[in-house]
Amino acid sequence: MTNKIKIKIDGKEIITEEGKTIVEAAKENGIFIPTLCNFAGTLPKGCCRMCTIKINNRFMTSCTTPAAHGMEVENNTKEINDFRKGIVELLFVSGNHFCPSCEKSGNCELQALAYRYQMMVPRFPYDFPMRSVDGSSPYIIKDQNRCILCKRCIKTIHDDQGRHYFAFKDRGHKLEVILDEKMGKEMSQAIAKKAMENCPVGSIIYKEVGFATPIGKRKYDHQPIGSEIEN
Amino acid sequence: MKDRIFEIISKYNGDSYRLMDILHDIQAVAGYIDHATIALLADKLPLSAAQIEETVSFYHFYSDKPLAKFNIYLNDSVTANMNGRKEVLAAFEAACGIKQGQVTSDGTLGLFPTSCIGMNDQEPAAIINDKVFTRLTPFRVKQIVNGLKHGLSLDDLVVEECGDGKNALPEINSMVCNNIRRKGALLNHDYKLFSVINDILPNTSSDEIIDIVSESNIRGRGGAGFPTGLKWKFGSRAKGEHRYIICNADEGEPGTFKDRVLLTEYPEMVFEGMVTAGYAVGADMGLLYLRYEYKYLLSYLNGVLESMRKNNYLGKNISGIEDFDFDIRIQLGAGAYICGEESALIESLEGKRGEPRDKPPFPVEKGYMNLPTVVNNVETLATVVKIIKNGADWFNKLGNKDSVGTKVLSISGDCRFPGIYEVEWGLKIGDVLDMCGADNVQAIQVGGPSGALIGEKDFHRELSYSDLPTGGSMIVFNKNRNLLTEVVLNFMNFFIEESCGTCSTCRNMPYVLREKLLKVINGRGVKQDIEDMTSWARLLNVSRCGLGQTAANPIVSSIKNFRPLYEALLNHEVEYDSGFNLETSVLESCKVVGRQPIFHHNA
Repeated sequence: MTNKIKIKIDGKEIITEEGKTIVEAAKENGIFIPTLCNFAGTLPKGCCRMCTIKINNRFMTSCTTPAAHGMEVENNTKEINDFRKGIVELLFVSGNHFCPSCEKSGNCELQALAYRYQMMVPRFPYDFPMRSVDGSSPYIIKDQNRCILCKRCIKTIHDDQGRHYFAFKDRGHKLEVILDEKMGKEMSQAIAKKAMENCPVGSIIYKEVGFATPIGKRKYDHQPIGSEIEN
Repeated sequence: MKDRIFEIISKYNGDSYRLMDILHDIQAVAGYIDHATIALLADKLPLSAAQIEETVSFYHFYSDKPLAKFNIYLNDSVTANMNGRKEVLAAFEAACGIKQGQVTSDGTLGLFPTSCIGMNDQEPAAIINDKVFTRLTPFRVKQIVNGLKHGLSLDDLVVEECGDGKNALPEINSMVCNNIRRKGALLNHDYKLFSVINDILPNTSSDEIIDIVSESNIRGRGGAGFPTGLKWKFGSRAKGEHRYIICNADEGEPGTFKDRVLLTEYPEMVFEGMVTAGYAVGADMGLLYLRYEYKYLLSYLNGVLESMRKNNYLGKNISGIEDFDFDIRIQLGAGAYICGEESALIESLEGKRGEPRDKPPFPVEKGYMNLPTVVNNVETLATVVKIIKNGADWFNKLGNKDSVGTKVLSISGDCRFPGIYEVEWGLKIGDVLDMCGADNVQAIQVGGPSGALIGEKDFHRELSYSDLPTGGSMIVFNKNRNLLTEVVLNFMNFFIEESCGTCSTCRNMPYVLREKLLKVINGRGVKQDIEDMTSWARLLNVSRCGLGQTAANPIVSSIKNFRPLYEALLNHEVEYDSGFNLETSVLESCKVVGRQPIFHHNA
C-alpha cells in the first residue's frame, strides 16, 4: 500500500500518493500543468522549465519535484503563466518554427502551447539562426531549425546496451541535439517511428510517409492541449 | 596510435565514468580528439560516439580539431582587458601571423581566447601548454613567440623570477604570485601540519566533530553559503554503501583566485579538512576537482598526497583509528565554469557533460555515483581544520552576528594592491576599497559577475551573507572605465559562453539580453529597451541552477545602480527602434552584384 497524501494546488486540495511528482499528481486530479521535456516512463529532467510552479515562494519544476504532504503549490497564476508564455516565445524566436510548412503542425506540443498561452507575436526579437538539417539516416530527418533541445529523444531512444542514438553537442547558445552517425544509419524503422513520436515538435521527421493525417484533423486541431486532462 | 588509445582505455579499465581522464590522456598523446578516435572509444566503452562527443564538445580545453604544438590561451576576463589585453592580443597576432582562434599553417602556434583563468591580480595572463605566463606586455609577447618559433622550450622562455612562496618550489616552478596582503585566522601560520588528524580525531567521535562544525556556524565559502555542519550531518545520515567527500577547486567565478593561493600555500590544510570531513561523515573516498587552468599545480598536489599516504594521513586505519580508511584522488577538469556548481561538478566527475542536476535529491543524499556526497569549497575545508583545532567559540568571536568567521577576498581591478586579503565578515565596502588602495572609484563588482555591481551610494554596506554576500571576487572600476562596454558586456559574453545550455531560459535569454544591450551601446536604444531588459531578465529566475538564475545580473544590477549610463545612450526622440540597419544588411549583396543601393529614407 502506498501512502496517501494531501497537497494543495492553487488552493484546491487533492489527494495523491507519496513518491508521485507534482505533474503526475495534478494530472490525475484533472489539473493541467504544461510540460515539454517531460516524458512518461523516463526520468524527468527539468530542461524546458515549462512546468515551473511556486512552492514556499520558490520556483520549482513540477516534473522533478515529488509531492509531499501539506505542500501548497501555485500553478495557474498570472506570474507563472506569463513565465510559461515567455518560455514558449523564447523557444519560438531562438529557432526557425514555420508552422504552416511543418509536418508536425497540429501534433506539435510547442504550437499547441503557443495557442494555449495565446501567443500572438513573441515579445522577443526573432534570432533567425542558421541551422542545419541532417538527412544521413535512411529513415529520419533531424531538423535543427525546429529542435527545442528538450532531451526527449536523448532519454528515450537507445539500443539494447543503453547506447544513445541522440546526444547533446557543444553548450550554451550553441547547444544542439545530434544523431549518432553510425547508429543513425543502422536505425530500424520501428526506432525511427518512435523517435518521431517522442519528439514534441517537428525536429525528428520520419522520412517515407508524410501528412498521412491531413492538417486540420490532427490531435490539437480538435481540442486544445491540456483539455484531455482538465475536467 | 590505435594501440596507444587502447592502452589508455585499459589504464582506466574501460570505465566510462573516467571519460574525462581518458580524453585528457588521448589529447596529450594525439594532440586532439577526432572522429576516428571517438569511434574507437565507442567500440570499447558502453557509450555511442554521439555520447562521447557530448562530453568532448562540452569542455573548452578538449579539441576535435588539430591543435598546435604550442597553444596560447589568452585570458579574456574583464581585468585582463583593463590591463592591456588588446595590445597583447595584437602583439600575439602580429608575431604569430594568425588571428585569435586560428592555428599557424605549420602547426607550431595556436591562439585562443579563454574565460577567466584565476590570475586577475597579475593580468594580462595566458596559459601556454599548461604553463602560466602572467603580466604580459607586447614586448614580452614578441620574445616568447620568437623563442617558440626558434625551437626553444617553454622552460627556456621563462625569464621571470618565480613567484613568491611555494610557487618557487621545483614541483611548481611558476611565475605566478600569491600576493597575500592580509592574513587572518585562516591564513596565519599558527597551526602544526596534520595536528587535527594526529591529536584530535583519535580522541573525538565523528558526531562530536559534526557538532563542533555546526556550533561554529560556518557556512559554505564558495558563494551559496549553506551551513557546513548541517551538510555534514545530512551526509552522515544518508544511506549508502560508500560516501564521498568532494573538494570543489573549480573556482571559475571571474575575479576569484583565492583557492589557487590556498592550494599553493596550504594544500595540507585543505587535504586535512577533507580527511576530517571524511571521518565525520563516514566517507572512504575523497575527490578534489581541480580546474584545468590550475593544472600547473597538479603534480605538486599529487606529491603532497603521496607524502600523506607515506605517513598514514591517508590510507587504512588513519592515525591508528580502527577502520578509518580514506584516500583522495584529484580529478582534473577541462574548462567549464558551470562545473563549480556542485551537481554539475559531480556529473563531470562521472565523465559526462557538466550539467547541473535537478534538486531534490541533493548530493548529500544522491551525489557521486548516486551515493551520499558532501561537496565543500577549498576555503571551507581549510577553515574547518582551524575550527576543530581552536574550537567553535573561537570562531564565533570572529566576524559579525549573521556571518561568522573570516573570508578570503580576491581583490583586483583598479587598485594599487590587488591580491588576497583575509578579512572578518562585516567589513564595509568603503574599507575594502581603502584597504586595497583604490581611488577615484566608480564601482565595485562584489561576488563576481553573478553578484552585484555597486556604486558610491552603497559603499557603506557590509560584506555578509545577508547584505552583500561574496564567494570572494571583488573587482574595482575607476571613473575612467566605461562600465557598459568594458564590464557589463564582458560579463554577459562570459555567461553566454559558459552556460551549459540545458534550460530553455539560460540557453537563450542571456543572448537575447546581450543583443538588447548592444542595441543600446550602438545608439539605437529607446526607453522601452531598458524596461524590456529588466522585465525579460526575470524569466531567468526559473532556471535550474545558480548560473542561470544570475546570468542577467550584470545587466539588471547595472540598470539598478547605474541607470544614467544607459539613459545617456538612448535616443529619446523616438519611442520605437527595431535596431535593424538596412544599409549594413544589404552591404554584402550590393558588393556581389556591384551596385550602389539607393535608400529612399535618406533622400
